[in-house]
Amino acid sequence: MAEAKEMKKVLFGPILDNNPIALQILGVCSALAITTKLETALVMSLALTAVCAFSNLFISIIRNHIPSSVRIIIQMTIIASLVIVVDQILKAYSYQVAKELSVFVGLIITNCIVMGRAEAYAMKSPPFMSFLDGIGNGLGYSFVLIVIGTIKELFGFGTILGFEILPLVQNGGWYQGNGLLILPFSSFILIGGLIWFIRTIRPEQVEPKE
Amino acid sequence: MEHYISLFVRSVFIENMALSLFLGMCTFLAVSKKVKTAMGLGVAVVVVLGISVPVNQVIYVNILAPGALAWAGFPDADLSFLNFLTFIGVIAALVQILEMSLDKFFPALYNALGIFLPLITVNCAIFGGVAFAVQREYTFSESVVYGIGSGLGWAIAITLLAAVREKLKYADMPEGVRGLGSVFMIAGLMALGFQSFTGVAL
Repeated sequence: MAEAKEMKKVLFGPILDNNPIALQILGVCSALAITTKLETALVMSLALTAVCAFSNLFISIIRNHIPSSVRIIIQMTIIASLVIVVDQILKAYSYQVAKELSVFVGLIITNCIVMGRAEAYAMKSPPFMSFLDGIGNGLGYSFVLIVIGTIKELFGFGTILGFEILPLVQNGGWYQGNGLLILPFSSFILIGGLIWFIRTIRPEQVEPKE
Repeated sequence: MEHYISLFVRSVFIENMALSLFLGMCTFLAVSKKVKTAMGLGVAVVVVLGISVPVNQVIYVNILAPGALAWAGFPDADLSFLNFLTFIGVIAALVQILEMSLDKFFPALYNALGIFLPLITVNCAIFGGVAFAVQREYTFSESVVYGIGSGLGWAIAITLLAAVREKLKYADMPEGVRGLGSVFMIAGLMALGFQSFTGVAL
């Protein structure tokens, strides 16, 4: 029973209690850059979750054989190979999305969530738990991406996943698109607001006053 | 000479790694509590970028680019699909060397950087700098200037942010926004400020 509880904690903890972006400050770059459209945010979340889970699994399997002085190179090789696999799968099954995402898929290699979890968790834990930890952190990342992507697309362009929700003035509707939300720096403010929201419902995350 | 100066200025200010291209954000937000640590990390990034951009540029032009292996008797070889793997390998090796020498010679800085030193490997600023230099087909000397310039831009940005954060210690903010939340918002405002460089023509 204790095992099941621990598993649940590892799997769902990162969504609110230990969110990779809002608390661990990992994987912020891509969260800022690609959240203008919800669709790219969704595909990116899926790809990252897959890479994170499997890299954690493989690194955890061979963790006792990695000499610590060259561990970064070994981790990077595993992650880079996985990213190439994901890239090939995307190209084979949904070429259109793969073309839109091409740069961002490559940037998963440099996404600190994958590397950070490999370094902080998979190097010390058994394979199955590491796999769950990878999925959990992928979910936490997806949560932030989807929230920000929805806000930006809905209020910036008046659409969700390309469907018109708030008809824009240019198209004869009533909604004036918020140009500020389309600019990249607004993600900073939105994520800041999201952190504020999470910490209001989870007060134990509030940082102590210095 | 003029060409190099304008490339340098552009990579420091107009295409600032952190505040215009949003690269290297994780370390940018996490290690900016104290000006001293921020500057240490900034120097590390300048060094890593200044070395890895030219090294990768040389490797790409002489080995990976289409037709580059003509000197070895393979004029048709095109290894450019290996570019990401090679770049990240070179960067990871450089960071590992830097980590070991810091551990030996500057233990205080090594301890202050903690988990974020290995994370320089996955600092998108480094990878992005390398990828941009190759994509824009810079020559060797241009890539040296670009590497150092973009590293310096990142170092300036993180030092500025750390300075703002040190002052904000005395601000009375709502509890939920204290710490990380406020840092995101400050960085957002700084990015808005750096957008004013966009119009500068060189």
